[in-house]
Amino acid sequence: MPVRLLSARVSSLASFPQLSNRRQLERLNRLDARAGSALRWLALFGGAAVFLALMAIVYQVISGASLALSRYGISFVGRRQWSPAVGRFGALALLYGTLVTSVCSVAVATVLGVAIGLFLSLMAPRRVAAVVGPLVEMLAAIPSVVLGLVGIYLIAPFVLNNIEAPLHSVLGFIPLFGPPGTVGNSDFTASLVLVIMVVPIIAALSRDVFLTVPSELREGAEALGATRLEVIRGAVLSTTHSGVIAACMLGFGRAIGEAIAVTQVIGNITQISHNLFAPGDTLGSLIANQFLTPVSALHTASMFYLALVLLVLELATMLLARYVSRHFGSRR
Amino acid sequence: MTSSWTSSGSSPNAAEGQRATIRPRLRLSTGVGADALTEPTCSPTPTGAQVVFRAEQLAVSYGAKRAVEDINIDIHRNEATAFIGPSGCGKTTVLRCLNRMNDSIPTFALDGKLLYHGHDLYGPHVNRVEVRRRIGMVFQKPNPFPKSIFDNVAWAPRNLGMKDDLGGRVERALRAAALWDEVKDRLRASALGLSGGQQQRLCIARAVAIEPDVLLLDEPASALDPIATASIEDLIHRLKDRYTIVIVTHNMQQAMRVADRTAFFSLDEHRVGTLIEYDRTETIFSRPADPRTRDYITGRFG
Repeated sequence: MPVRLLSARVSSLASFPQLSNRRQLERLNRLDARAGSALRWLALFGGAAVFLALMAIVYQVISGASLALSRYGISFVGRRQWSPAVGRFGALALLYGTLVTSVCSVAVATVLGVAIGLFLSLMAPRRVAAVVGPLVEMLAAIPSVVLGLVGIYLIAPFVLNNIEAPLHSVLGFIPLFGPPGTVGNSDFTASLVLVIMVVPIIAALSRDVFLTVPSELREGAEALGATRLEVIRGAVLSTTHSGVIAACMLGFGRAIGEAIAVTQVIGNITQISHNLFAPGDTLGSLIANQFLTPVSALHTASMFYLALVLLVLELATMLLARYVSRHFGSRR
Repeated sequence: MTSSWTSSGSSPNAAEGQRATIRPRLRLSTGVGADALTEPTCSPTPTGAQVVFRAEQLAVSYGAKRAVEDINIDIHRNEATAFIGPSGCGKTTVLRCLNRMNDSIPTFALDGKLLYHGHDLYGPHVNRVEVRRRIGMVFQKPNPFPKSIFDNVAWAPRNLGMKDDLGGRVERALRAAALWDEVKDRLRASALGLSGGQQQRLCIARAVAIEPDVLLLDEPASALDPIATASIEDLIHRLKDRYTIVIVTHNMQQAMRVADRTAFFSLDEHRVGTLIEYDRTETIFSRPADPRTRDYITGRFG
């Protein structure tokens, strides 16, 4: 198609002496055909590479985990103990740590992120939004290892000195806010670091979703004497909740997959504790922490198994996010 | 004096102010606010009708650009007033001033005076949410919420705390909008499944469900076919017994059919929109005083 278009254009310029030259015309057409096929091959290669890379990763992870897979089978996921020294491995404590830190951080980040999204899309003067919007996106661009350092030197001591004891004394009846720890490295601190990572994702995505709400709908609500809160609740959130949920799922996916920053602040102790102020471990943080110093082949294979669990969790989250936005998003 | 549609904090009367501060939105639904509609502040005109809106030297600018100027008009109670004129002459701008829908445009500025039942609509303490609750608006393009038919109509009453007999209120509003018979068996169905004309009548039902004082209609039939248009026009005739109606229309026959008074807008010598002539509809269409009006209605211009 592009070939025909160009030749039509060229021949319509036939009155120009340079272009009426037959050889030049042919050369142009040849070049065009070559560029077209090059583009087609490049696109094909790109598409195939995505598929192959995914397959290769899944294969590598499964084959790396084969020893643990044949030893434990699916029961690995339900085994609580992770003790490399005695050769006992199970994913439950790490799964627990991953879900606790992710759920806590996404819960906080949803409130913050949706509020930022509403502010940027509906309330902020255009000039303010033009400054704050990119800043939010830059927050997402901070390398996680840098955030982890901030977590170690700033957030962990601050949590230890200023937050743990007051929260325990006020909300101590909730098991989550147990007795304060001694170092500040805990599920709680890890969740805070994750909040910083997840907020920009939820904020940017939900802002984009809110911007798709037709202004006629908002004006229709305003013309009925609705307050700003009622407009947001009735005309904005009610039409975009699926998009907001999808944004939260993507944030959740980011939170469960984060390894480095979490390793830096979580304390790296594999245990299941209801207390958020106790140190813990997640699937990602354990792999990041122990993978270079395995004590046995089973240890390495078990870490591959953890990676497999993480992979499945991530894929499931992403598919669910797609499902939600596709099946509930188009319904207006 | 305290007008019930100004914000509570501004009230010079402490007791009144306090009551309003506690439950400002509920106060509306109890009907206390309705007194304002019959307050003697409405100025009598020579014909004896009450003036709902009075614009004095009203002018609107968007940034440095003046959109309309020199608007002087009295809009009377329980009448339908049509704004006609060529595109871009400020009819819709003036209409949207009447319920402060232009406020959200950052560069919007208004000069002159716009009185609603004698109160300055753009006064410092006027609560625009309150203004819009009393002065409803229906837009050019039907814009029902993506909710059920029932919820569309019940949404605003629920917000305002009018929860008693919500079903009855919805039914009355749908009957008033001549839609009840068509939708009574599928109130729980999505409003987006209705035809364009039905959606527009639903929007009118939605507006009358909170019993406003005035209905502003911005080319309500321009996106509809002739049959749906006719039903909207019938509806306007019936609604003006209870509401004051202001309608912007491009269709002169429509203005002749529905309006008691007609205002002709056009561009003045500075290319700024202005009100050329305002009179009873028969007069405008049979003996217009201004040659520009005559040219427009006879189709020589615009």
